[in-house]
Amino acid sequence: MTLEWMAWTLPTAAFFLTIFCMLVCMTIWQMASPSIPRRGFLPISTTRGDRLFIGLLGSAYIHLAWLGFTDLSIWIAFPIAIVWMIVVMRFG
Amino acid sequence: MDKWENNRAWFLVLPVFFIVAFSAIIPLMTVVNYSVQDIFGPGQRVFVGTEWFEEVLGDKRLHDALWRQFLFSGLVLLIEIPLGVVIALLMPKKGWGASASLVILALPLLIPWNVIGTIWIIFTRPDIGLLGAAINTMGIAFDHTASPIQAWITLMFMEVWHWTPLVALLAYAGLQAIPEAYYQAAKIDGASAWSTFKYIQLPKMRGVLTIAVLLRFMDSFLIYAEPFVLTGGGPGNTTTFLSIYLVKIAVGQFDLGPAAAFSLIYFLIVLLFSWLFYQALQNVGKGDVK
Repeated sequence: MTLEWMAWTLPTAAFFLTIFCMLVCMTIWQMASPSIPRRGFLPISTTRGDRLFIGLLGSAYIHLAWLGFTDLSIWIAFPIAIVWMIVVMRFG
Repeated sequence: MDKWENNRAWFLVLPVFFIVAFSAIIPLMTVVNYSVQDIFGPGQRVFVGTEWFEEVLGDKRLHDALWRQFLFSGLVLLIEIPLGVVIALLMPKKGWGASASLVILALPLLIPWNVIGTIWIIFTRPDIGLLGAAINTMGIAFDHTASPIQAWITLMFMEVWHWTPLVALLAYAGLQAIPEAYYQAAKIDGASAWSTFKYIQLPKMRGVLTIAVLLRFMDSFLIYAEPFVLTGGGPGNTTTFLSIYLVKIAVGQFDLGPAAAFSLIYFLIVLLFSWLFYQALQNVGKGDVK
């Protein structure tokens, strides 16, 4: 069976590999030290997994907004999304 | 029993995990791959980066379809959820009446989606349709193929007829699960019918209503077959929803790259709103949003 029909590219493979690694790390972290729901600046009580989901979804929207509203390089949105992820995971 | 022993239960979930991987995750990965490439044919493709996303985000027809879709889903939720709850409250609680109501309510849910569209085309035809001809006989010019407003009204009637029973059945199940003791306590306290609904029935229905709102939002936001059969997206583009427009791009024009970018944006919108509805409904009646 060939995976040619999936039309893989290096950037998309790297993207999925990063997401996969994040999930594996989160699973190991959860097993080592189970997450307790807490409340930060987000208006809801969240676990670590919730905050990862919110961070990833927010990052996707940051990139989309960047593409939709500006003509600047997408690479400027990338560090903004990383800062957003860190802020949500730490203070969310 | 320690947590490691409990975790063995996850192995039971593995078959579902593999099924979801094959039916959802692998196709989703493929869509992501397509969204950054220009696909000419098998093995013939060029990496284009975010070009398709930029093109799709600037497409006015997509913006129009998106607003139409929000309007449609908003109307669906505003009509179907309260109507379903009212029907559930009015249904007999036991006896043959309860069984008969359940069977009648379930009937529209058993009909395939494309057949629903065909039924309503015939039902609303101005020349031979029972409803269409009756409205025209009353002196009101009715033709949903020519008037955008009438097309929307017909579409909404079809949608409400088709899917309100689902909300009613879910709400009815929620109501049946409330122990009689709650009603007795309310009666002793002299609670009015409104207070009983507000403080007992509605909070107890929260779980099923969460499911109802999520299902109805996602279904109505992804709707394709019924409007496609009934109106074909017309008159003009007035009932062209996101999925109809997406199919036009992907199948009609065979533009797989833009269609994939469009699909991902569509997916992110559904994901965001489903999550927001889920969070909001989980906190209904808790006094404050936690």
